[in-house]
Amino acid sequence: MKRSLADLPPGQHAEIVSIDCERRLSRRLMEMGLLPGTRVRVVRVAPLGDPIELRVRNYSLSVRRAEAAKIAVNPEGTV
Amino acid sequence: MSGRAASAQVLIAGNPNCGKSTLFNALSGGSAHVGNYPGVTVDRTTARVQLSAQDIELVDVPGMYSLTAGSPEEQLAINALLEGNTRAVICVVDATTLERGLYLALQLIESGVPVVVALNMMDAAERLGFRVDTERLSQLFGAPVIPVVATKRSGLDALRAALERQLGPAGGEHALDVSYPLTLEANVDDLIPAIAQWRPATPRRQLRVFALWCLLSLGDDSLRDVPEAVRKAVDDVRAAASAEGRDLDLEIISARYAWIDAALTEACSVQAAPPPLSERIDRVLTHPIVGLLAFAVVMLGIFEALFAGAEPLIGAIERLTALMQAQAQVLLPAGVLQDLVVEGIIAGVGNVVVFAPQILMLFLFIGFLEDSGYLARVAFVIDRVMKGVGLHGKAFVPLLSGFACAVPAVMATRTIERRRDRLVTMLALPLMSCSARLPVYILVVGTVFAGQSFGWFSAGAIALFSMYTLSVLVTLAAAAVIRRTVLPGPAPTFVLEMPPYRWPSARILWINAWRRLRIFLVDAGTIILAMTILLWALLSFPKSAGVTEHYAVERERVEQMALSDAEKAETLQSLDAQEASEQLANSLGGRFGHAIEPALRPIGFDWQIGVGIIGAFAAREVFISTLGVVFGIGEADEQNKPLREALRDARHADGTPVMTPLSGISLMVFFLLACQCMSTIAVVRRESGSWKWPVFLFSYMTVLAYVASLAVYQGGRLLGYG
Repeated sequence: MKRSLADLPPGQHAEIVSIDCERRLSRRLMEMGLLPGTRVRVVRVAPLGDPIELRVRNYSLSVRRAEAAKIAVNPEGTV
Repeated sequence: MSGRAASAQVLIAGNPNCGKSTLFNALSGGSAHVGNYPGVTVDRTTARVQLSAQDIELVDVPGMYSLTAGSPEEQLAINALLEGNTRAVICVVDATTLERGLYLALQLIESGVPVVVALNMMDAAERLGFRVDTERLSQLFGAPVIPVVATKRSGLDALRAALERQLGPAGGEHALDVSYPLTLEANVDDLIPAIAQWRPATPRRQLRVFALWCLLSLGDDSLRDVPEAVRKAVDDVRAAASAEGRDLDLEIISARYAWIDAALTEACSVQAAPPPLSERIDRVLTHPIVGLLAFAVVMLGIFEALFAGAEPLIGAIERLTALMQAQAQVLLPAGVLQDLVVEGIIAGVGNVVVFAPQILMLFLFIGFLEDSGYLARVAFVIDRVMKGVGLHGKAFVPLLSGFACAVPAVMATRTIERRRDRLVTMLALPLMSCSARLPVYILVVGTVFAGQSFGWFSAGAIALFSMYTLSVLVTLAAAAVIRRTVLPGPAPTFVLEMPPYRWPSARILWINAWRRLRIFLVDAGTIILAMTILLWALLSFPKSAGVTEHYAVERERVEQMALSDAEKAETLQSLDAQEASEQLANSLGGRFGHAIEPALRPIGFDWQIGVGIIGAFAAREVFISTLGVVFGIGEADEQNKPLREALRDARHADGTPVMTPLSGISLMVFFLLACQCMSTIAVVRRESGSWKWPVFLFSYMTVLAYVASLAVYQGGRLLGYG
């Protein structure tokens, strides 16, 4: 089942499958270490519902939902 | 330093939040020089550092995650690297986020420049359970990796020694080879001829690295000085690759991260560790309820500092200015020179220095928020609100500071990363109702709404509340419009690192705030001083000899009248005020006020208010003292009764009163929206790097103010008011 980072509940671990957005942004995310195969975790959602905080490669990163929706993931614990 | 060779340039680069500035200050002892990169508004901070055998010039490069560049600002780093006199680079890597930091280090080492990797915050990394074999890492990367703790100044000697070795003949000898896919290597080979023409006499190894850089950077960039031939070659290669279903960005970046991951598997181990303290703090500070409360408290704190905290200092500076003016009046003979010194130079310097307390306070505060990591949380919490108008979450603090004063607020926009986002914020925030507008509102309300009330509320309270509400709405609307028209482009993406919470160093906070203040005093200050003198001249010349003579005769007459000394003094004082009023009416500024009266009538003002508006360009509150002179009252403030009465009694030529509730509202709206502040102009000039933006700012705000006042006044008349 294909899901995006924006669909994951806080606390959920997942593996990135692909990043499919505007080049400027995808390049930025990849250079910050978000690549296919990288493990991420959704840490929390901002008090007003957007953006969301991710944990990846030992640091925290916040992205807007609209951007997270373009990152396809494979949630851990699912097949 | 005679006898020594010209000092070598060493760059210090690193990710944002990696402690780069702390290390820079630790190495330089805080003796930095801040300049500007030509053409772009990025500070170029440099310092001379003594090594044992030579001096170096250490250059602080803006924080970055990679060498990829899309804008002229981001190009700085790569340009600095290509400069012939860059001899080495210190790459600062936060040991707690090794992979991402090493991604930058890898690119630097790959480029062939001698690199020293400063592995910062080793203490924090060890607490998190990381064990790094720095020797193995050095071998793998072909560059010395030195563990340091910049805040404790530990490891600096080893760092200096390694740097000195890298500056020697053997420096940069080793290089690292990332194994890129063969298809990608073929693409690189295709690009080499075009790039060799662009950069002749460059070793092949560097040409390869440059080809990779072009593949990643070009295509959607706004870079200058890239030859068409190179662009074309890159476009061709990318097009061919994407026709095969390949993503070159992904290929290059994954190959590098794969290399780093492999190296770290060898040189780094992780042991179980407690969850970071930051995680626990964030559970509170980004909590839906407690987090919003904490946010409100911190923002109120900024507000309190800017308004109440800076107030005594501002008052002291104003008193000191007045004291110096009085002193100059005693020391210098009356005349043009005295006026120039008192009303031009001393007033001008006062106009500059008066901003110092708020700038220092705001930058100490923002520095604390930024270095502690909370500024990223501010953006995280409030971004939802800001993105609606196309602003970045980080625009919130500058906008809020705009309520106090646009000058420090404009300077605060530098926390926003992208130039376009920074400009939009800078161009909208002068619409926030700053504290200098308040005296004008109070004067107008006291003049036209004295004692009136609607229902439970006084008319004054309603007027003030309306002005502040209007200012917020207009600011947000202006940001949205500017983003869509003047500065179109992709909406600000919000990919923001949330650094772990750290306790900021007071010394660094002070160094940075002081640096900002010095930049303001020197760069914006000179413009403000020049404009103050120009305004003084406008409102002082030409002097009418007839008026001077007339009042000399009048004074003579009063002296000879049979009056008590007190009565004489009073009469003479009122003569002085009348003379000043007549001279002002005759001055260039006064004539200009008369000349623009036809344009002011439709919005409900007359020439006297016009002169006040011209004077107010020095600073909005000057409107009141200028009006005091215009009406022949002398010294006046917003509570001044004679001034209110004079305003109430002022009549148009046809006998109708000038100040009605309607023209009062029109005047407040005008002051809210017009860019009546040369200091804002000066600081926008400094921060945007060109005159284009302050001119645009002044023009759009003036047009907006005029149109809004026109709508208020004429609309009100149509409805039967005024």
